[in-house]
Amino acid sequence: MHELISNVFIKYFTNSILDEQTDSAILKVDSSEIAFTTDSFVIDPLFFPGGNIGKLAVCGTVNDLAVSGAEPLYLSVSFIIEEGFPIKDLEVIAASLAEEANKAGVLIVTGDTKVVNKGKCDKLFINTAGIGRIRKENRSISKAVNITAGDVIIINGTIGDHGMAVMNARESFNFKTTIESDCASLNQLIAEVLEKHPVKFMRDPTRGGVATVLNELAEKTDLGIVISESDLPVNIGVKAMCEVLGFDPLHIANEGKVLIVAEEKEGMKILEVLKSNIFGKRSAVIGRVVNDHPGKVVLMNETGGRRIVDSLTGDQLPRIC
Amino acid sequence: MKYVDEYRKKDLILSVAEKLGAISKKEIVLMEVCGGHTMAIHRFGLTSLLPHNIHLISGPGCPVCVSSQHFIDMAMAYSKIPGVIITTYGDLIRVPGSVTSLEKERAAGSDIRIIYSVLESLEIAKKNPDNNVIFLGIGFETTAPATAAAIIQAKKEKISNFFVLSAHKVMPPVMKALVEEGVKIDGFIAPGHVTAITGTAIYNELASVYGLGVVVSGFEPADIMQAVLMLVAQIESGTQKVEVQYQRVVHKEGNRIAQQILNDVFVPGNDMWRGLGNIPESGLKIKEDFSSYDAEKHFRVEIPESREPKGCICGQILRGLKTPTDCTLFAKRCIPSDPVGACMVSGEGTCATYYKYRA
Repeated sequence: MHELISNVFIKYFTNSILDEQTDSAILKVDSSEIAFTTDSFVIDPLFFPGGNIGKLAVCGTVNDLAVSGAEPLYLSVSFIIEEGFPIKDLEVIAASLAEEANKAGVLIVTGDTKVVNKGKCDKLFINTAGIGRIRKENRSISKAVNITAGDVIIINGTIGDHGMAVMNARESFNFKTTIESDCASLNQLIAEVLEKHPVKFMRDPTRGGVATVLNELAEKTDLGIVISESDLPVNIGVKAMCEVLGFDPLHIANEGKVLIVAEEKEGMKILEVLKSNIFGKRSAVIGRVVNDHPGKVVLMNETGGRRIVDSLTGDQLPRIC
Repeated sequence: MKYVDEYRKKDLILSVAEKLGAISKKEIVLMEVCGGHTMAIHRFGLTSLLPHNIHLISGPGCPVCVSSQHFIDMAMAYSKIPGVIITTYGDLIRVPGSVTSLEKERAAGSDIRIIYSVLESLEIAKKNPDNNVIFLGIGFETTAPATAAAIIQAKKEKISNFFVLSAHKVMPPVMKALVEEGVKIDGFIAPGHVTAITGTAIYNELASVYGLGVVVSGFEPADIMQAVLMLVAQIESGTQKVEVQYQRVVHKEGNRIAQQILNDVFVPGNDMWRGLGNIPESGLKIKEDFSSYDAEKHFRVEIPESREPKGCICGQILRGLKTPTDCTLFAKRCIPSDPVGACMVSGEGTCATYYKYRA
């Protein structure tokens, strides 16, 4: 075990705090308020177009901190490994985990490794926890206060890429597509926005997709939300797969997307900031907050009709014919 | 996206709606008998584009919804046999049986796998030679040929641990049964993909004997609007007949190869439909030549008497007599995440569609 830790994990994650190898990492956080989050990653398959479980384990936790308005600083990483899992795969995963942490500018400062008997876990599970510094003015970003009718809803790019890339890798469709997971750490993009513009609310539309986040927002604020189908950025491959399987891209998971709610005139400026960043090229205003139909999300479709958009319930099931 | 975008153009759809408004005078009831149509009609809000005297009602077109309680209970009983792997298309797993659902049985430890093609069942059977794989065959003429092909393939490859519980059904007898029962219908928006397999002759009797209009329709909004226009034109002029709107996919004679495969493996037999009861010659039973693949011949299970859920009006909804909003359970006790009746389960079920696209 010690060998595994030093040969694989320390090798990739090395930094002055982790290298102390103490029971607890001693951290310097020059702020009276910190943000703290944790997430577990049990994705199947471990490798998918656009990433792997290691990259995802960093992006997921970094983004949870970033959308709360915090600046991510430190991560813990815990591995639960099924006996017999190939070391070479573990190395690839550890390397991309380290690479993503490096890109995001966060340090992995503590961790844990457990190996369990065959069948007691599915190949590899990873848990990450993260600590970030939060400034006073950003404290209410995840609480959805001060939202009023007229506010705009922005997303930093195409929806549904992660969920469809993973599904295509997992199931035996044999669809020939170029769909890749959007898996990315958004802390720098979000920092650029927060530096210049007030944001009323942010959330990453992961499991349950954009529809689920918007429904939570509508319920919480008791305001309505209207989105426009023709404004939703959706990659053609994702759109096609959704048509075939009978899925709604609004329900598909994303791992490199943030929904931002802001006052209209700030929204337009935020859009420009987003578009100048590599993770925001296809940013768009997708809808608005309204006083009508409180608690509900309504989609104006491309043919002129309208419908209610619900949260995802359970898993999306493919249709029969 | 090709084959999609051009049929969703707002101007095109509105121009069809305008023509419809100009010719439509009579009160007309049209029934769609395909869940795909039900879904598209509500997804694109087409009813709001129709003149008030044209009424669309949904019939028994969702394969999950029409599968009988007995069939679901059988599947559940099979899933409890040690060593059995159940393979099924996705939306079936949430349908409540008399006591439980496949989803709950799976959580309790039964090996129930969602597949996207019946041929995956053969692969699973080959990889698990010590297990028996039972595929739950549901669907109409659209999905039945694939099941037939899998059975033929299993025979060719001498796979002896693959079985089918067939609840496959055919369309014409149920359409006729509804008309004979007295459900007021002036015409059918006929299912495009069923007809791509069967050809159009299966509807001739509906037009010639019962005087109904039948138009085989595609699934995009412009397709359905055009099919409605064609039906209204027929009915207004008294020239009811069988026509094809979905010409880019449907040929008059259908898909001969698929028809042949169906005939090789299946034979029509009486079948139970949820809410509609036993309809003669409406089911597809596995022929004697292939009986070694017939789960019902191979496995004996005790099924308690099936119970339909209390208060659920799926049966009347499937017959076009009521709409989901007439049901006291709708959107209250019965929701997609915790359905009471089958029509709330499938993405193409009438209740699930009304729930999803209520606005």
